[in-house]
Amino acid sequence: MKLIKAAALGASLFFAAATSQAGETYDAVKAKGFVQCGTHTALPGFSIADSKGVWSGIDIDLCKAIATMMFGDATKFKTTPVTTQQRFTALQSGEIDVLTRNTTATMTRDTTLGLMSAGVNYYDSQGIMVSKELGVKSAKELSGAAVCVQPGTTTELNLADWFRANNLDFKPVVINSPDEAMRSYVAGRCDAFTTDKSGLATIRTTLANPDDHVILPEDFSKEPLGPMVRQGDDQWFMVVRWALNTMLEAEEYGITSKNVDEMLKSSNPNIQRILGVTGEMGKGLGLDNKWAYNLIKQVGNYGESFERNLGAGSAMKLERGINAQWRDGGLMYGWPIR
Amino acid sequence: MTNKTSVPQAPKRRLSWNDPGFRALIYQVLILGIVGLGVWYLVSNTLHNLAIRNISTGFDFLHREAGFAIGESVIDYTPADTYGRAIWVGILNTLRVSVVGIIAATLFGTMLGIARLSKNWLVSRVASAYVEVMRNIPLLLQLFFWYAIITEVMPGPRSALNPIPGVFISNRGLKMPALQGDALDWMVAGLGLAIVAIIVLGHWAKKRQEATGIIFPLVRAALGLLVVLPVAGWLISGASLSLEMPVMKGFNFSGGISLSPEFVALLTGLIIYTSAFVAEVVRSGIQSVNRGQWEAAEAIGLPRRRLLRLVILPQALRVIVPPMTSQYLNLTKNSSLAVAVGYPDIVSVVNTTLNQTGQAIEGILIIMAAYLTVSLSISIFMNWYNKRIALVER
Repeated sequence: MKLIKAAALGASLFFAAATSQAGETYDAVKAKGFVQCGTHTALPGFSIADSKGVWSGIDIDLCKAIATMMFGDATKFKTTPVTTQQRFTALQSGEIDVLTRNTTATMTRDTTLGLMSAGVNYYDSQGIMVSKELGVKSAKELSGAAVCVQPGTTTELNLADWFRANNLDFKPVVINSPDEAMRSYVAGRCDAFTTDKSGLATIRTTLANPDDHVILPEDFSKEPLGPMVRQGDDQWFMVVRWALNTMLEAEEYGITSKNVDEMLKSSNPNIQRILGVTGEMGKGLGLDNKWAYNLIKQVGNYGESFERNLGAGSAMKLERGINAQWRDGGLMYGWPIR
Repeated sequence: MTNKTSVPQAPKRRLSWNDPGFRALIYQVLILGIVGLGVWYLVSNTLHNLAIRNISTGFDFLHREAGFAIGESVIDYTPADTYGRAIWVGILNTLRVSVVGIIAATLFGTMLGIARLSKNWLVSRVASAYVEVMRNIPLLLQLFFWYAIITEVMPGPRSALNPIPGVFISNRGLKMPALQGDALDWMVAGLGLAIVAIIVLGHWAKKRQEATGIIFPLVRAALGLLVVLPVAGWLISGASLSLEMPVMKGFNFSGGISLSPEFVALLTGLIIYTSAFVAEVVRSGIQSVNRGQWEAAEAIGLPRRRLLRLVILPQALRVIVPPMTSQYLNLTKNSSLAVAVGYPDIVSVVNTTLNQTGQAIEGILIIMAAYLTVSLSISIFMNWYNKRIALVER
């Protein structure tokens, strides 16, 4: 069925109008009045719908941030849950405007898919989880193991690369549906389960006995996860890129959804520029000068989003780690708004 | 005055709208033109769209290193091989499950179909219950069921069931001892010789029966040959044959022959599902043979087995073969549900490939070409067979 969907999306490339002009996506989003985001089908902390169908997660916050940039209203967005196999075709064919679905930025994806990465909202690495009773302390002891993995991801390649580089053997068990793959692992069909470490951490919380499973220390890869857009619309690309930068800058200067109104009175010239008190920064993007004020007020800064979805305020309880601000020893570095 | 006009000449064929042949020609050219234009528009528009979206096209990616591992393959494969070879592995995996599935579903389904017509009340009811239940449950559901049975009910490899020495059943699949040794080639040669001998013997027996009326006990002779010749080969080569036993090593068994849970689940699902349809095809085929044919055959004193083989089956097969072709095609195409239970078939491998390369259109074209080739081959073979057994009007 997923194949059918992929085929249908592929077919839509046949019939897509053969026109291209600058600002195509930007204009289309403005005209329809909402942003269509491609999201994960269900990954706690990144994008997941609750029992009422309300979506939340760090990727959803980014989608809301983009909506606020465009319309000054965080509710002007819609989600299209896509699987790993559908996501690029969905973006290529125009079914979605932006892919906010913990997708790894790689050179191939930037250069051959007609897409481009617009930044990184989570620095991840691929890890591997095993059952504690195996008594394994390192992935190097996994020679000959069966490993459950989902198809169509960089995960599948990194896994093969890492085992090849270490001269170890393994048997992949490639199952499409995340639930089925997880069930197979729990049932013992595979010795190990691999995906991004953040994913392992969140998945582990959903298992019957989280403490029976251990995430091994090895990092198989670098996984810079972030939003992607189609090539050919620079203005839209910049909206997405600066939505992310605005969230990062807001955290660095201590502007939160709670104090943003007081911050309007701040004498710090950086804060004044970000909040549109001085300067005309929004104009360059064709946006309201209050773009950042609206964004921070309605969605919050990057740190707030992290806390709420992945950090102490969530069930995941992930450390900020390398996703801390650069001043705190992390990799998060918002580009200057000036 | 000449009298040329008095000789009636055939009217000169002119290009006239009144000529039905001419009209048909024009219509066909028109339709062909429209289809051609449509295809040209789709292809050129697609290429144009791909180009302005900066999406790479072409089949060059087939020569690039694939980089992903595949769980099981008929030929040697490592992640260092090309996408082309990975896809070939997928095609062979599809063929493997389809061929075994078709043979098993035919045998099992035929038995079921005959059982449904049995005079034994219990046998016929069990068979019809099976048919009704199995063909009304979606195949995908059945696959999940079999896969869950294998992975969740079976023990882990360390506490694998060991019903016969050397055979291990666990949630890593079925492990069996493999034959190895120099005698293996000799035994295969003996088997080949036995098959040739049986074919020759069959021809001779038929000739002799036509000439003399004496029936040769071919089945018993064939069974004898199948046993004696390979054993002879084994003895000639010095009886050097041993069993390679699977041994638990590290995380799993090594050595011997192994069938993965994914393969077993997919194969079981396909056989059980398809054989219900095959049973119905066989039943309807047998029932299509007129009652009078049975009575006539019984009247000349044919024993039941011979009656079925010589009178009923040749007539039933004409009804059975065309719908059976559809079932074979269905089974082959249904094997594309493999990715649901993690069996690396062509669809699964191409899906991964098109995700890594982003070349969705080429990937889908490869899948379509592969299934088309396999389906047309099955269809051509079955049509040939159908012609061969068709009623020869004299």
